Amino acid sequence: MTTQIAPAVAELAPVPPQPASTRKRRDGRAAVLYLLPAGVLLVGLMAYPLYQLVQISFYDYNQAQASGAAPLVFLGIDNYAELFSDDQFWSVLLATVLFAAVCVVGSLLVGTGLAVLASRVRAVPRMLLFLAALGAWATPAMAGSYVWLFLFDRDFGLVNEILGTHGHSWTFGQLSTFGLVAAEVIWASFPFVMVTMYAGIKGIPGEVVEAAQLDGASWWRTATQVILPILKPLIVIATIQSIIWDFKIFTQIYVMTNGGGVAGRNLVLNVYAYQKAFAGEEYGKGATIGVVMTVLLMLITVLYLRAQRRSGWQS
Amino acid sequence: MAVLNIRRPGRLAAEIVCCVIAALVAIPLYWMVLSAVRPAGELASPKPWTLAPTLDSFKRVLDLNGFGRYFLNSTMVAVAVVVLSMLCSFLAAVALTRFRFRGRTVLLVMLLVAQMIPIEALTIPLYFMVQSFGDTVPAFGLNQLLPLIFVNLAFSLPFAIWMLRGFVAAVPGELEEAAALDGASRFRFTWQVLFPLVAPGLVATSVLSFIHAWNDFLLAQTLIYSDVDNRTLPQALRVFFQPDQPDWGGIMAGSTLMTIPVLIFFVFVQRHLVSGLSGAVKG
Repeated sequence: MTTQIAPAVAELAPVPPQPASTRKRRDGRAAVLYLLPAGVLLVGLMAYPLYQLVQISFYDYNQAQASGAAPLVFLGIDNYAELFSDDQFWSVLLATVLFAAVCVVGSLLVGTGLAVLASRVRAVPRMLLFLAALGAWATPAMAGSYVWLFLFDRDFGLVNEILGTHGHSWTFGQLSTFGLVAAEVIWASFPFVMVTMYAGIKGIPGEVVEAAQLDGASWWRTATQVILPILKPLIVIATIQSIIWDFKIFTQIYVMTNGGGVAGRNLVLNVYAYQKAFAGEEYGKGATIGVVMTVLLMLITVLYLRAQRRSGWQS
Repeated sequence: MAVLNIRRPGRLAAEIVCCVIAALVAIPLYWMVLSAVRPAGELASPKPWTLAPTLDSFKRVLDLNGFGRYFLNSTMVAVAVVVLSMLCSFLAAVALTRFRFRGRTVLLVMLLVAQMIPIEALTIPLYFMVQSFGDTVPAFGLNQLLPLIFVNLAFSLPFAIWMLRGFVAAVPGELEEAAALDGASRFRFTWQVLFPLVAPGLVATSVLSFIHAWNDFLLAQTLIYSDVDNRTLPQALRVFFQPDQPDWGGIMAGSTLMTIPVLIFFVFVQRHLVSGLSGAVKG
């Protein structure tokens, strides 16, 4: 993993020219000082809790144990074994992966498409698009969730009024509920992709494109063989960011499906872990789901970076 | 730009499509504000305007439910997080881009990994941690704003450092050499040369930290689980939502109040945000 992400990371930083070992030692000492505040916070409030999370996942840890009324029982991998043999876990996992995939692909397609569109229109329509997108981006997840719920409300919703489907509940069926939440998520997250891609497109030197066109490349060839490769590093980063964000969607699902939908069929892993831990007071089980999720997210990212490297992104 | 070279009728069509999409994207926000000022009886109307705008919903939200109090709580948390996060992430970004030391690459990779850790899962250990803090230092316990600030701060750091790195790296290395030749210490170089140059990046990053803290619902819900006075806005909004009888006017008024500060922030830093994001990526 180190070697794959590192080039994307390290090549950006211009390394000071003098490689003297004294300088390195001095740098090391200064670096420790500069990294201290962030380091203390990250170790204390992120790394240590993560360690505890893994620890809790190996215990039978419920309300009784938490309040000290019952002794802690070390279970080893029993929580994991139980989780993996639970049908609900697998269906929630499948739903999470599909839901995140739809959100990631959706926001990337919409964002990139609109960035291309924005680069080809004059200032006024572009400004309107950016204003609307910034508005969607700025809307807090909680407010956005409620607005979308309201638009699709059974009795008061604009959508039902327009479609003439008065009384139709969009939040009852499993698919239509996931679809509604995904629409809200894409609405709120495509602006990040759009702004990033637009900046990337703007940054392409005109000569590069002109040269391609002088060589007789068609518009399509220019787009796919000249512009796309230049934008690729940006697309990779936007994709990783989207995967990280969309895989961890919580507020939207929690609010829009009222905690996981009818009979929990709109649960995603994140909400599932939270419900298990805080509603069910089965902290050990919740922690187990959390650990599985973290590992899964890292796995997906590594696989994605691998695929990128194979297709020649690292140059 | 050569990319833009297309024939005029094509461009006009693209512009019309662009405006239509802009309108579609804006509908939810427009509908939110419109419904907030609509009289109660008009809420289900599909008309895109109202002839009798009223502030009833806002009054109800502010008077009956103490929205002002929650607004203040959210603002305090978000502002504290932004200020502290800028300070910590600037220093860390300088160290990670400007200094050569062993383990730098490992740290950078860990920053990326840190972003993958689901906060939602960490609420379990964090809850118990803060609970035990509270036993010794009450101000740091459950139902207090202070731990909420620090936890939000910690979670905003990986992305903020990651993004600021691009800005710090963009400052040419010669500047540092020149400063060193002039006898400026590393400390002076950091604050008198780097800091002003990276300011646009700090602004862009601060928006994202602000949104992160302002939007947080889960941490607040977990750490401030029972104290009504110390709630934040996202929690307060849920009070209006009774699944069978939602007060849509109130919810929309509350949502509007909650969105306005972020919108103002966004409009303010819009330019820096665009350059910031590409800067974070291209370095």
